This record gives sequence, C-alpha cells and structure tokens, in this order.
Amino acid sequence: MSYLTSDPIDFPSLLDSVQSPERGGVASFLGIVRDHHQARAVLRLQYSAYVPMAEAECARIVAETESRWPVCVALRHRLGALDIGDAALVAVTGSAHREAAFSACRYLVEEVKRRVPIWKQEFYSDGSIEWVDPTAAARPVTVESA
Amino acid sequence: MTATATPSIVVRVLLFASYADRLGLDSLEVSVDPPATVGRVLERVRLLPGGSELPPRPLCARNLAHVALDEPVSAGDEIAVLPPLAGG
Repeated sequence: MSYLTSDPIDFPSLLDSVQSPERGGVASFLGIVRDHHQARAVLRLQYSAYVPMAEAECARIVAETESRWPVCVALRHRLGALDIGDAALVAVTGSAHREAAFSACRYLVEEVKRRVPIWKQEFYSDGSIEWVDPTAAARPVTVESA
Repeated sequence: MTATATPSIVVRVLLFASYADRLGLDSLEVSVDPPATVGRVLERVRLLPGGSELPPRPLCARNLAHVALDEPVSAGDEIAVLPPLAGG
C-alpha cells in the first residue's frame, strides 16, 4: 500500500474502495490547494516528503484508526507540484453508522497533519517562495522520553 | 596499561525542506562518542555552517519514527531532523 502519490488523487476510486453493502456511513475529507495564505495570493504549491517515514507514519495512523473505530479507511497524500484547486489530501472512511465514519475521518486528517513528515513551499504572486511553517497553529508532536 | 579508546558511533543524518536549505545539504554522516543520543547528534550538526539556525528542540526521527532528543542512538541509525510539518 502506498499512501503518497505524484499523480492526481483519484477520489472516486478511493470512495469506491470503502463502500460495501454493510457500510451505511461514508465520510470524506479533501484538502484542496487554496489561492491565498495569510492575505497573500498563492499561485501554486510544491509538496515534498521524507518518503519512507511518511509512508510508515501513514500506515501507523491507518492502523490506529482501524483499531479505534469499526471502519474501512482510504488515505492518499499528493507530492510534487500542485495547482490551485488540486486535492493534496484525501481521507475516506466507511462504517456501518455515521458516528464512527465522521470520528475516524477527523482523526485521520488531524494525525496526518500532525505527524507525517511532509512539507510545502508556496509560490506567491509577487514572485517570492516560502516554506510553510504552521507551528504556531499546530498541536506539537509529543514523544515519550526514552 | 594501555587505554583503549571507545569507538565512535557513526550515524546518517537527513535534513529536509527549510533545514536543508539553511545548511546547504540534505544528508551527512556524523560521528559521536557513546553513549550517544539524538540530542548529541544534533549538537554536532549545529557546528556546521548554518547549523546554529536550527531551533533549540526540532522534531527528530530515528529509523523512520518520531523520537525525543534523549533517545539513544546506535551505529548505522538514520536520524532525521524535521522542520515543522505542513502536510494536508
């Protein structure tokens, strides 16, 4: 299973992968590239990753999610150059009922943003390029001391 | 009596994104004396040009998993210094 892709994310196929007759609730989240950041006009993004760890961390998050809720999970994060309107992250969960599907989908998205080693550069309309640092708004990763 | 020097531990250090830009490289080998920790490895990285620009307690990983700075390291480990994560 690969959770990272350089190709456009095929949302319909991810949706299909979690659907089955016994799952009456399907929840999804799409993280879409927007055209602004802190009042600056954004033209495009470039995502990069520590790929082996990002894959491993996504696998851990999916396993945690499936152990906490009775859900089937589909997860993809895109890397490389993305334009405004492209999907960068897609998380889909299917379960018998909506509560588990909503909770599991929220957990997936929050943990990916908090733990998976992915970075993005924003290309602004004034020609400048910056690495995005969401530290001030993010919950920090906490790790038990050895 | 002849003193025997304890062999150093050599680990591979990976830098990414803004940290790679600041130091002008994305991987290096670092040698530290045992008992070594991720924090001790970081101290060596800070001695490189641009290394002083790293924050006091950056996110770090050892062999593909997040760890604290007092995590012990062994020869051959892969230590990653991770800028603030920005996926999603």
